Amino acid sequence: MTVVDDPDLLPPPRRSFYQRHEALILGGSAIIVALAAWEAMWQAGKISPLFFTGPSQVVERFIAEWNDGRLKQDMLYSGRNFVIGVGLAIAAGVVLGVLIGWYRRLAMLVEPFLTALYSTPRVALVPLVLIWFGIGMWSKVFIVFINAFFPVLMNTIGGVKAIDRDLLRAARAFCASDSQIFTTVIVPGSVPFILTGVRQAVALGLIGVVVGEMFGGSEGIGYMVNYGGQTFQTDTVFLGVVIIAFAGIVLTWLAERLERHFSRWRPER
Amino acid sequence: MIKLQIDRLTKRYYVERDGRQVLALSDVSLSVDAGEFVAIVGPSGCGKTTLLNILAGLLTYDDGAVAIDGDAIRGPGLNRAVVFQHASLLPWRTVAGNVRYAMELQKRFDAAAMRERTDAFIRLVGLAGFEKHYPSELSGGMQQRVNLARALAADPAVLLMDEPFAALDAQTREQMQAELLKIWSHARKTVVFITHQINEAIYLADRVAVMSPRPGRVKGVFTVPFERPRTLALKREPRFLEIEDAIWRLVEDQPQPLDIAGTD
Repeated sequence: MTVVDDPDLLPPPRRSFYQRHEALILGGSAIIVALAAWEAMWQAGKISPLFFTGPSQVVERFIAEWNDGRLKQDMLYSGRNFVIGVGLAIAAGVVLGVLIGWYRRLAMLVEPFLTALYSTPRVALVPLVLIWFGIGMWSKVFIVFINAFFPVLMNTIGGVKAIDRDLLRAARAFCASDSQIFTTVIVPGSVPFILTGVRQAVALGLIGVVVGEMFGGSEGIGYMVNYGGQTFQTDTVFLGVVIIAFAGIVLTWLAERLERHFSRWRPER
Repeated sequence: MIKLQIDRLTKRYYVERDGRQVLALSDVSLSVDAGEFVAIVGPSGCGKTTLLNILAGLLTYDDGAVAIDGDAIRGPGLNRAVVFQHASLLPWRTVAGNVRYAMELQKRFDAAAMRERTDAFIRLVGLAGFEKHYPSELSGGMQQRVNLARALAADPAVLLMDEPFAALDAQTREQMQAELLKIWSHARKTVVFITHQINEAIYLADRVAVMSPRPGRVKGVFTVPFERPRTLALKREPRFLEIEDAIWRLVEDQPQPLDIAGTD
């Protein structure tokens, strides 16, 4: 074997299929191995169906519930509350965040309230929300909203505050009106921050959906998990958890894609 | 014909920390003819950037008058464009988007004219082929070309340049100076060019105004006798060095020692 000292003389490295997809292959295999081991234990009867369950049982449960029609209904209910709550949170968080980030005096006025609300665990507000909105759909939406609102708001404020002063000066020198400064500097400059907030909002909104449904009502994936637990249907609990986890993975992935797309002008870090 | 008239301009800053007033500009007077290239040199703290900000309409002033074509400056205006020391490009816009930016804000050109001018000025500053690049993908010199193209595309009557090449390495700076002269010979704008580099000022300008600090005032104005077009070789000619030396002596002849380090 010859030793090549100069890295420039090395032939361009040819990366194999494995090298190109190493993370995916290793991660995927780990999941498959873990599931197989779990299923083997389940099949061997080493797992009590009262306390735990097996992968095949979860799949069976899924098919049964799906054919029953109830699961689809629960998913739609939770999904709709999630979309409305997160949507409202993004809209309100961006608008208020831009205003608070830009107007110093407004920030001084509202910051005490924001700090107080931000540091309160949102779950503590759930009973209050039930008093206000009852146990129907709007209390669920509101719980999603208060969970998802703060990350959007805080990140948007941070984004506006981080705007390069030189850009504002340049815009002013070229006779930009206030509204032109908003639309051409402040909003686009905050977009990467806003999308970071959206990614966090998606994750926290999902928690909001589940928590909201556990506290009342009789619909949704959170209710399904709670009910399953109270009636010792461990496989139902697992099915709900798997659905929530899957939704979380997909939504976070989508939000990350969006974030990266809108940050492509940023220098590589 | 006088394009830009600065008459006994005075600007005070209030320093909050020790409650003092600082006289940033004191009775500054200077007039610039249409199509003339005037450079303003001086050490840090002589108020030259303050002066440029007032001309740009970004700062108010306390006394005196500044006017373009007889109209007093009361804020940013369509008749001026600034080339900033830091390129100040919108990082989320491409080169073309940034060159178009000032025109977009000023709304003086329709869409077709903006497209045409964007292309033309990108070509003029030598960035054809880079239209779709983002600023983060460009070198410092290329970013300053975009900065310049953005200002020129807005078609100002007066071009204000605030040490635009100060942050560039020596080689790129010389190249940009030569390039600026070439571009200026086509565009023939009235230019006020701020710099702390004396030879840059002489090489570029028709006249060089020397400012002194504390308080900032115009100490003297030199007329540069060299014909155009000028080449970079001019900087090594004896007469060039003589003028440079004379300006240096005027800059140095002041009670306080020069603060060479740092920028303002």
